[in-house]
Amino acid sequence: MPDRIADIWGTRTPYGQGGNWPVRVDTKLADGVAKADVDRWVKSACLLCSNGCGCDIAVKDGRMVGIRGRAEDRVNHGRLGPKGLFASWQGVDNRDRLTVPLVREDGRLVEADWDTAMGRIAERSRALLEEKGPLSHGFYTSGQLFLEEYYALAVLGKAGIGTPHMDGNTRLCTATAAASLKESFGADGQPGSYTDIDECDAIFLYGHNMAETQTVLWARVLDRIAGPDRPRVVCVDPRDTEVARHADVHLPVRPGTNLALMHGLVREVVANGWVDEDYVAGHTQRFGDLLAAVEPWTPEAVAETCGVAAADVRRAAEIFGTSQRVLSTVLQGFYQSWQATASSCQVNNLHLLRGMLGRPGCGLLQMNGQPTAQNNRECGADGDLPGFRNWENPKHVRELAELWGVDELKIPHWASPTHAAQIFRYAEQGSIGFLWISATNPAVSMPELPRMRRILAKPELFLVVQDLYLTETAQYADVVLPAAAWGEKTGTFTNVDRTVHLSDQAVEPPGQARSDLDIFLDYSRRMGFARNDGSPLLDWTGPEDAFRAWQECSRGRPCDYSGMSYAMLRERGGIQWPCNDEHPDGLDRLYTDGTFSTDAAYCETYGHDLTTGATVGPTAYRAMAPAGRALFKTAPYSPPPEEPSDEYPLRYTTGRTAYHFHTRTKTGRAPQLNAAAPGMWIELSAADAQRYGIGEGDIAVVSSARGRITAPVRIGDVREGTVFAPFHFGYWDTGGSPDDHPRAANELTMTEWDAVSKQPIFKTAAVRLEKAAAGSGPAPAPTTTASRPAQPGTVPATIGGAAAEAREEPA
Amino acid sequence: MKLPVYLGLLHQSEATLAESYRQVAEGHGEEPDVHFLCLTLARQCDAHQDALAPIIGRYGECTEDDEPERLHHEGLSKTRSGPVGLLRDLQDLYLMANLVDITWTMVKQAAQGLQDAELLDVIARCDGETEVQLHWLKTRMKQAAPQALIAAS
Repeated sequence: MPDRIADIWGTRTPYGQGGNWPVRVDTKLADGVAKADVDRWVKSACLLCSNGCGCDIAVKDGRMVGIRGRAEDRVNHGRLGPKGLFASWQGVDNRDRLTVPLVREDGRLVEADWDTAMGRIAERSRALLEEKGPLSHGFYTSGQLFLEEYYALAVLGKAGIGTPHMDGNTRLCTATAAASLKESFGADGQPGSYTDIDECDAIFLYGHNMAETQTVLWARVLDRIAGPDRPRVVCVDPRDTEVARHADVHLPVRPGTNLALMHGLVREVVANGWVDEDYVAGHTQRFGDLLAAVEPWTPEAVAETCGVAAADVRRAAEIFGTSQRVLSTVLQGFYQSWQATASSCQVNNLHLLRGMLGRPGCGLLQMNGQPTAQNNRECGADGDLPGFRNWENPKHVRELAELWGVDELKIPHWASPTHAAQIFRYAEQGSIGFLWISATNPAVSMPELPRMRRILAKPELFLVVQDLYLTETAQYADVVLPAAAWGEKTGTFTNVDRTVHLSDQAVEPPGQARSDLDIFLDYSRRMGFARNDGSPLLDWTGPEDAFRAWQECSRGRPCDYSGMSYAMLRERGGIQWPCNDEHPDGLDRLYTDGTFSTDAAYCETYGHDLTTGATVGPTAYRAMAPAGRALFKTAPYSPPPEEPSDEYPLRYTTGRTAYHFHTRTKTGRAPQLNAAAPGMWIELSAADAQRYGIGEGDIAVVSSARGRITAPVRIGDVREGTVFAPFHFGYWDTGGSPDDHPRAANELTMTEWDAVSKQPIFKTAAVRLEKAAAGSGPAPAPTTTASRPAQPGTVPATIGGAAAEAREEPA
Repeated sequence: MKLPVYLGLLHQSEATLAESYRQVAEGHGEEPDVHFLCLTLARQCDAHQDALAPIIGRYGECTEDDEPERLHHEGLSKTRSGPVGLLRDLQDLYLMANLVDITWTMVKQAAQGLQDAELLDVIARCDGETEVQLHWLKTRMKQAAPQALIAAS
C-alpha cells in the first residue's frame, strides 16, 4: 500500500481531454481495524480543505475508525488526500476534546453545566443590548460549520439582535473570491466546474498552490498531465511550488505586484488580437476602461515591476490567447496580497475577453480556502444578506423581513457589513463589548498577533468561544462552549464548484458537547428572539428544519437550493446548485448563455471602485444599465503599502503546507501529519542564506515593525529577497502562549486589508533577519512539497512509514 | 480674464486637500485603511497639481485677488481622536474635496468655452478621481457613523 505521506497525490491514473477521470478508491482504517470489522459506513464529505471530497466514515463500536472516498462522487471519484485520510477522523476522535462548558471564575476557566454557561451568555447579552443596543454585539465565525448553522447564526444576528458586526474567518480565505465575482458578474457563485479540468487544454493557476491546498484536485490535474494530451500549465507564484515544477511557464512575481502582471497579460491578449470581439460587444461593458488601465503595462514594464522575464509574460499571454479551452484558478497568492480584488477581477476579465465562460473546459474557479466557506457567504454569516441579496436594494431587504416575520428596520442594511478586522477594532476601542467566536482561532490566524492578544485579553470584552478544543483563542474566553464536530452532527455544505453534500451524523459527540446549531438555537430561545406575531424567530428543532428554511430563503436567487432535499442528497450524493424547477439535477456551469447576474433588480451589489472601495450606489449603477452584461472592472497598479527598507530589507510572505490545515487543531492531532511537519520553519533562498551566513536548520530571528519570531531555516526555492513562513503553527502544543518563544507567522504580518473584499494582507510585508544560533539538524520542513531543499538530497526525505499506508483501489 | 483666479483656487485647494489627507493619515494610523488610502489620495492630489502646472504656465494663476481669496480655507489644523473624531475629520475632508470637485467643474466650463483641448484632457484625468474620493469618504463615513454616534463611549 502506498505511503500517502511520502506520496501526497497517490498513484497516477492518466486520462485524456474529454475523458472520464478514472475512479480510484482510497481508504484508511485505524490500526488493527479491517474492512470486515467496520460496523457501518456513514455518508459524508471531507472537511479538511475546500475541495469537498465525497466520503464514507467508518464506524466501529460507536467510534470513528477510518474513512473511504466515494467512487461515484463527482468531486473526487474515490480519492482522498493526506489530510482527509488521516485528520478527518483522528483530528476529532481525540482525548483533548472539550467535553463540558467552561466559565471564567476569578480569572480561571472552570467546568460548568450548560445552563450556567448559556445563562451567563444570555445575561450579559441582554444587559448590553439594553445599555448600548445591537452595535455592542459582534459574531466571528468560521468556514467550517454547516450551512444550517450559518443560516441560524445569520438569522439570529440580523433579525434577532440586528447587528451588522458579523463575519467569518472566510474573510481571511475567500472574501476576495466573492468580491471579484460580484464585481465582474453581479453576484457570487463560481462560473466553472471541476469537470473543466477534464476538458481544458490550458490551465492557469494564479497564486494557487493547488498541489498543497487541494491535493485531490491537483491529482486530477496530474492525471491530465500524465495523459495523452496534457494541458499547458501556467503558474504565478513566488515559490517554486509543485505546480511551478509542472508548469510550461512559471512567473515568480515579487510579492505585492500581482496587478501589474495581470495588466500586462490583459494588454498582450488585446494587443495580439486574441479578443473575442463578438462576445465582448454582446456580453460586457466598460471595455474602454480596461484598455486605458492596462495601456502602460508592456511586458518590459511588467518585468521591471514584478521581477519576471518579459519573454515569459509574452509566452503566458500567448498560451492564454491561443488555447481553445482555458481553465483559471485563483487563490491566496492573489486573495491575501496587495490589490486583491483588482488582481482577481483581471482573471475574470481575461475570460471575458476571450469569451471563455460557461462552456466545457472554459472555466473560472475563484477558489475557496475552506470546506464550507461558500455556505458562510450564501447564508450571510459573513455579514452579507442571505441568498446573495443586495443590502442597497430595499426590495431584497423587504423579502428577508417578510421571510423572517420582522420589521425591515430590524435588519441592518445602512452600510456594508462590518468586516473581521473592523470588528476587532471596535472591540479594541470598547464599542463592541460582546464577541462570540465560533470554530476559528484568531489568536493565531489573524494578522499582527501581539495586538490580537491584547484585544482578546481586554477584561471589559465578554468573549464567548465555541470550539472542539481549548485553542489559543479559547484561553481568553469568559465562556467556552464544547462543540460537536464533523461526524457527530448532521448538516450540508457546499464546495468551490457549488457541489452540495449532506454529512450525516456517524457517532455521538463526546461528553456534553453539542452541535453548533443546537447552541445557536438555545441562545435564540433564551434571548426570546421573536417574529412580529410573537412566535419564536427560530422554531427549528434540527438541521433538516433549518435546511428547509434556507431553501425558501434561496428560492429565486443564484444559489437556489429549492429543488433539493436531504433525501435526494442521501440518495444521489453531491448535487450542484442552482437546483430548482428549471434545473432539477443542478447545473454544471453558470452563465452558459452569456447572461450574467448584473441586472439592477437581481444583482448582489452595485459594485465598488476597486482602488478605494467606494460604493457605486444604485443611481450610478442603474444609469450604467448592465442588464445582464458582465463588467470589466479594474484599477491602476500601485506599490504595496510596506516595501523593503534599510531597516527591514526583506519581503515576507506566508502560506500553507500540504500536511496541515489552518492552526492545526485537527491536523496537528493526526500522528502521520504531525510527524511530516512537526514544527515551525522559515524558508530562505540559497543566495540569501549565504548572505546571512545561515546553513540548513540554523536558527534565525525574523522581525517586522509588529513583532518577531524565532525558527529554523530551510534553504529552499523561494525567490531571492523573500522570506516564506507557514502560518499553521501557534502555541497550543508549546505551552499555550508565545512567552519568550514567539513562532507564529502572524506575529509579523500587518493589519491592512483589500479596499473592496476587506481580506487582510498576509502575503506582503517587510522584515529583517538575523542568525540566532547554529542548528542541531535540518529544519522540520517537508521535502515533498514547496518547502523541499534547494539542494536535493541534503535533507532526509519526508516519509510516513507503515502508519501512513492507505489502500488504493482502482476501478 | 478671470480663469487664473479659479486656476489658483484649484491649485491651492488641491494642495490643502493633499496636506489634510496626510494629516489624517498620520493622526489616524490606528485605522489602517484610512491611513493607507489617505496617503494614496494625497498622492492623487499631488498629481493633479502637477497636471495643472502646464495649464497654469499658459494662463498664469492668481492667488491674490480680493474677492475669491475668501474662498480659501486653511485645511485641518490638527486631527481629532476617537471614533467621533475620525468621523469629523473625514467629514472635513469631504467638505474640502467638494470644494476641489466643484472648482474642477467650473474650470471645465471655462475650458469648454475656451475650446482648450489640453485643459479638457487634464480635467478628464483628474476630476473623475476627485469624484471617487468623495464617494470613498462618504462610504467610509456611512460605515463609521452608527458605531461612533451610538455605541462608542
